[in-house]
Amino acid sequence: MEKSFEGRIWKLGDDIDTDIIMPTQWVTLDTMDEVKKHAFEPLRPELAAAIQPGDIIVAGNNFGCGSSREQAPEALSALKIKCIIAKSFARIFFRNAINNGLLLIESKDLPDHCQEGDIVKVEINHCIWCNGKEYDIPRIPENIFQIIEDGGLVKSMQKRNHCLK
Amino acid sequence: MGHTLAEKILMHNTGVADCKPGDIVITHPDCVMFHDIYTTNVYRKFKEMGFTKSWDAEKVIIMFDHLIPTCLPLDGDHMKHGYQFAEEFGARKVHAGDGICHQLMPELGYARPGNVVFVTDSHTTTYGAVSAFSTGIGYTEMAAILGTGEMWVRVPSAIKIQIDGTLPDGVCSKDIALRVLGDLKAAGGTYKSLEFCGSTIDAMPVDERLTIANMAVECGAKVGLFAPTKESCTYSNVNYDDVSWLHFDDDAEYEKVLTYKAEDMVPYIAAHPYVDNVKPLSELEGMKVDKVFIGSCTNGRLQDLAAAARILDGHHIAPHIELLITPASRSIFKQAIALGYVEKLVRAGAMFTHPYCSLCEGRSGGLLCDDEVLLGTNNRNFLGRLGSPKSKTYLSSPAVAAATAVTGYLTNPADVK
Repeated sequence: MEKSFEGRIWKLGDDIDTDIIMPTQWVTLDTMDEVKKHAFEPLRPELAAAIQPGDIIVAGNNFGCGSSREQAPEALSALKIKCIIAKSFARIFFRNAINNGLLLIESKDLPDHCQEGDIVKVEINHCIWCNGKEYDIPRIPENIFQIIEDGGLVKSMQKRNHCLK
Repeated sequence: MGHTLAEKILMHNTGVADCKPGDIVITHPDCVMFHDIYTTNVYRKFKEMGFTKSWDAEKVIIMFDHLIPTCLPLDGDHMKHGYQFAEEFGARKVHAGDGICHQLMPELGYARPGNVVFVTDSHTTTYGAVSAFSTGIGYTEMAAILGTGEMWVRVPSAIKIQIDGTLPDGVCSKDIALRVLGDLKAAGGTYKSLEFCGSTIDAMPVDERLTIANMAVECGAKVGLFAPTKESCTYSNVNYDDVSWLHFDDDAEYEKVLTYKAEDMVPYIAAHPYVDNVKPLSELEGMKVDKVFIGSCTNGRLQDLAAAARILDGHHIAPHIELLITPASRSIFKQAIALGYVEKLVRAGAMFTHPYCSLCEGRSGGLLCDDEVLLGTNNRNFLGRLGSPKSKTYLSSPAVAAATAVTGYLTNPADVK
């Protein structure tokens, strides 16, 4: 995984729940390519089609609260969201995102100082820059970073079982 | 230094001599369960990871409750993959249509005091009512546990919630749950263990504790724990002396303590569209409602149906109201029939469904149209969860729901004679 990258911001608010990220009607569609088209539909129906690979989501507190629905982070991973920066994340979403190789970064300050369409630059385990300002970010614990580095928990387990393709 | 209930269970499970919040420990679950929404994902991920056998078929349970009866033709594939997993890789038991998984896990004794349990569903916190460290995970992580029998957990910090005294008439454990969520807010318990104690809690039957533990996740909590009592051990069919190590320590470290007097509690409503948007019923009384739903893993138990039957007995629901009732399990349904609750409720105009996740899952049975207003006894009122994003959902206790069905407007049960 690259240690630094930059991307365009899509900006969301507090308490973005998994029913908003992926409504229940769509979770049993057979492929993730179909599921991902419905991301954020109740809140912003146009968003899934507008998201480009490498884009970054910036949100407020408690991103991913609600159900254990893993289709939520998996769909964001499938949309090739580069990372999500939020003031805080709900716990099941946090684990699910990591297990799908989706990078999450906590920042209390950035979400209040950026707009949709701004460009943010990320240096993992160090800091982020946006609109000429620098924001510190926490280090990612080793066991979690290893899963992201492996490309998600499936690949981690394949490595463990010596069947990595 | 003493330990919190969460720390005690994690130490008991992992064998570590001591632990503190922030430590990462490797647990060995006493059992795991996944349900029909995720059977296909778990089956595929498990194979993709290169596993060929579940770590212990005796500890793996599969339940069909979200998609049964099916509402879309493709839903049936999820049951097929559940049975396929059980046959190819090993699972102790498959339950199809026996009820909602979070009712069945404690009711059938799969989740017991002192256990560590993981399930692919956020409301897994429910089994804290029978003193199990139980929490929700995703399907990829479930596949990894099924192969390895291991799961890492960060030891949570804890909030103690102490409630003493006797609840007023017409106020029940759902009102306690809503009040606490309104105070803690949607992220106020994130990653933490909520631990409930006090004389109100000590005297509370398991059925009511389940409602509170169920909703612990609505403030982001990892677990919502109660200490075992003689009554809860009878419910779980375990010997109290075998689990008496799981008691509150006076010198345990809690990052926050909330204290309540039961006598101060009133009926509460979680107003659209957030569970923590909690107001006393008195502020919203008289608001028109179109549909009432009594059911779910929060409030579809026998005592909930009894409360509704008591209020609706001899009344008929208001002409503009639709009342949908879903018992939480087959066993509860049978008892409610035997005790005459179902007859009273049907005579009052209720529609009954077979025990399953029902409207709370937002995929079938009574979905809301634009501008419709629902009062439900379930646990979530998020935007669009139960139908149109233009509908509105309010949450309450079964008593308030039943009283509201009678008048068609948000009503205090004390006002229905």
